[in-house]
Amino acid sequence: MTPLDVDRFAESAAAYVHIPFCSSVCPYCDFAVVAGRDDMAARYVAAVRAEIERSEPWRSLDAVYFGGGTPSHVDTGLLVSILETLDARHGIAAQAEISLEANPEDFVVGRARELRSAGFNRVSFGAQSFDPGVLSSLGRKHGPEHVSASVVAARTAEFANVSVDLIYGTPEETDTSWEQSLQLAVDQAVTHMSCYALTVERGTTLGREVAEGAPGPDPDVQARRYDQASLFLESAGLERYEVSNWSRPGYECRYNLVVWAQGEYEAYGNGAHGFRRGVRYRNHRRLDAYIDRIEAGTSARAGEDAVTGWDAELDRLFVGFRRSAGVSEGPGTDALRASDEGRNLIEAGVLTFDDGRVNVRKPLFTDAVHRSVLSLTPLSS
Amino acid sequence: MTDQARIRNFSIIAHIDHGKSTLADRLLEMTGAVTAREMREQLLDSMDLERERGITIKAQTVRLEYQAADGQTHVLNLIDTPGHVDFSYEVSRSLAACEGALLLVDAAQGVQAQTLANSYLAIDAGLEVIPAINKIDLPAANPDQAAEEVIGIIGGSPKDVLRISAKTGEGVAQLLETLVKEVPAPTGDPDAALRALVFDSYFDAYRGVVCYVRVVDGRLDSGDDLRFMATNEVHEADEIGFLRPKAEPVASMGPGEVGYLITGVKEIDRIKVGDTITNAARPASDPLPGYDEPKPMVFSGLFPTDGDDFEKLREALEKLRLNDASLVWEPETSKALGFGFRCGFLGLLHMEIVRERLEREYDLDLVATAPSVAYRVSLPDGEVRELRSPQDLPEANDREAIAEPYVKAMILAPSEYVGPIMELATARRAVVGSMNYLSPERVELDFEVPLAEIVFDFFDLLKSRTKGYASLDYEQAGYRVADLVKVDILLNGIPVDAFSAIVHRDNADEYGKKMTGRLRELIPRQLFDVPIQAAIGGRIISRETVKATRKDVTAKCYGGDISRKKKLLQRQKEGKKRMKMVGSVEVPQEAFVAALKVDDE
Repeated sequence: MTPLDVDRFAESAAAYVHIPFCSSVCPYCDFAVVAGRDDMAARYVAAVRAEIERSEPWRSLDAVYFGGGTPSHVDTGLLVSILETLDARHGIAAQAEISLEANPEDFVVGRARELRSAGFNRVSFGAQSFDPGVLSSLGRKHGPEHVSASVVAARTAEFANVSVDLIYGTPEETDTSWEQSLQLAVDQAVTHMSCYALTVERGTTLGREVAEGAPGPDPDVQARRYDQASLFLESAGLERYEVSNWSRPGYECRYNLVVWAQGEYEAYGNGAHGFRRGVRYRNHRRLDAYIDRIEAGTSARAGEDAVTGWDAELDRLFVGFRRSAGVSEGPGTDALRASDEGRNLIEAGVLTFDDGRVNVRKPLFTDAVHRSVLSLTPLSS
Repeated sequence: MTDQARIRNFSIIAHIDHGKSTLADRLLEMTGAVTAREMREQLLDSMDLERERGITIKAQTVRLEYQAADGQTHVLNLIDTPGHVDFSYEVSRSLAACEGALLLVDAAQGVQAQTLANSYLAIDAGLEVIPAINKIDLPAANPDQAAEEVIGIIGGSPKDVLRISAKTGEGVAQLLETLVKEVPAPTGDPDAALRALVFDSYFDAYRGVVCYVRVVDGRLDSGDDLRFMATNEVHEADEIGFLRPKAEPVASMGPGEVGYLITGVKEIDRIKVGDTITNAARPASDPLPGYDEPKPMVFSGLFPTDGDDFEKLREALEKLRLNDASLVWEPETSKALGFGFRCGFLGLLHMEIVRERLEREYDLDLVATAPSVAYRVSLPDGEVRELRSPQDLPEANDREAIAEPYVKAMILAPSEYVGPIMELATARRAVVGSMNYLSPERVELDFEVPLAEIVFDFFDLLKSRTKGYASLDYEQAGYRVADLVKVDILLNGIPVDAFSAIVHRDNADEYGKKMTGRLRELIPRQLFDVPIQAAIGGRIISRETVKATRKDVTAKCYGGDISRKKKLLQRQKEGKKRMKMVGSVEVPQEAFVAALKVDDE
């Protein structure tokens, strides 16, 4: 995909649907998730459908993403009913990417076929690792064999795009075990991969343990593992298109390309975030609070930030710089180039200006670029 | 006007915390100068900092009326003195206004170095010294030993040493009687031309400069035109009066009397403390003997953390100077710290007090550079230049020699600590002169040492090695040539002027190692390796490296994370605002402070 193709996703319409249910809460996870509340699934899905029906009709959606939580944890029928509601309200384009996150534990061929025939065509597995020791330290219930089986099931059901997520940098991991995980993932002939550095978030079990003295991830080791992954995946034919995402050419996650191109997306469900008409908005995070509000006929929104004018330009850089394609030059990048911090980043080889594109060449320093972007002011002309 | 025979002018010499202010309070109370209701603890220490630290920075004065056992009413002028070594010049000027001094010693702690030094000042000035042991009510009190130590200094018999408790009032009545009996009355010539000593001054926002004066000869009348003999300026006596302790205007003051004078002068610089005042219409021929103006001994750069506060800092310094003529400064530019001021102080305590007052009373956030002393560098053409900042040192080829100020230091300590003290002194290039036992338990050590060796952390180390029992006093003892070098600290090849120091060649490696080691801990990892070097001229004497950070990125940033992530990065950004850029290296403000901090070893 050329940089211009990537930027064109700004014109697409997308939707995000949050499914918070999980069989158990992973110790590192800080998303809006619940475990042991499966009895609420039907009521929750009804609320999500009500929220969709209440939203203003838009144009046909080019990308739909079911994230979580574990969307595959709830009944297929419930997921399909949401898809139908979206189609009824906004329409779903014929070539749309319809993606869901799935747990390797509960993705068998039969379900895969049901989901595929309902329209889902992309699946992303939370594999995390192929090392049983790492998997158990991450609190995952599945084994490496489940991942392989799930990927095979997805491919058998003719999912067009199959992705696996891996987490690196746990204290149990070694250079060798990380390389093995990468190798085993590539061996499944997946079309897409996401590799995330284990991150200690406050308010999680892991966060508490590390605060109490348990070993946390070593950033230097994580940097090495990242470089290891980049080399390995590139040589396996997977191209990096965002800090933590690689794919075979043409298999980039289109929903995420919309987000990173500063395109618009509606969001439904508890804790979901959307971006429409220059406003970044978010829903109430707690499951009950969300359902109560929807059932009471009131808005589920918990807050919003207007992103207009200069802020919108900085926001464009903020989301766009994580992509390998970088961003096109504009008033924001002009200000960045002229700033002290920008000059330092250019000098350090982190940032390049080339032929109308501005790129972060050292993805491990993207936050440094982001911090510089945040304080930019327009150049006075 | 008061009959001279009924006047007693005296100071109290005491170490910090030996109870001077408490005794002053008791005297005010017992002579009825203030009622119990007006009584505030430690009335004479009015500055907040003084009350907090229990030390007196500016001398104050008060007039007491006391009816003695013989039925006569006497006027007692108590002229307060500061208790710290940095302010010894203020002690001499207070003593110059007195005929007697009360030497107050803590019954538990015994004689301390400053007390000893100030006692010598009093004896040299020909004052009658009256010894008193205070705090005899304390369980740890050992008045006999304290009395023995006192006798070791001033002579006499231990039985003549008064024993009091300023806190309970025990023995204070007897002390008042002794003051009346022993302190000589002033013997000025009432018919001679006016001569009055300005022994202190302060700035009052409403009245301008207020002088504290002691009339020696003649009379001072309100409304007279007065000539200040040193500055040769004439000002009218707008108001004169006594401090009891509230200001009470009077029409005239005779010989021996002590009070205040307001002339309408608004600039503190125009009144020189130590000057002699005479009558412009009938001038005296000779002034009173004055005293040396205090000279700054320690220099440090003060820089506002926020560059925008530069003007605010200047204004604050100007206001402080209204009441502290010894504070001097000049603008200084530092590559690392921006615009600030090179300030001169009387000593380390003075420096600390000024900095604290600037931060507290003027709400400034300051970075202070390493304190240094005034070096004298001889140039090839024979010129001798004074250096107040290491940055001004000419290159090795452009100078002949560097001389550094020495001090004569006196340490008083229990004799069991002689070993550790000698060890410390030797490590600081001190030459031990003599050792005198004041008593079998207490020893006085005299030595000469470069001032630079004691301004930084010597006092703290001395205290920690003697469990707090040693005390220190020092006086200037001229300049000596020494093998001194300038050590520069370079960050990523760029010298950071704030960290440069002039040190003895033998100590250069240690200084270099210490600074580079500390900075390696204090400087956060950057996008690139940051070498930290210590160098003498072009020669690197030690090196450390802050390894480049390898990772500065968030793993996930999807549609749901954008606003949250922006806020997180914004917070990180706020933290970085407090960084100073040295070339392209971000150095946290705290690093400057922490790197220069005195260590405990």
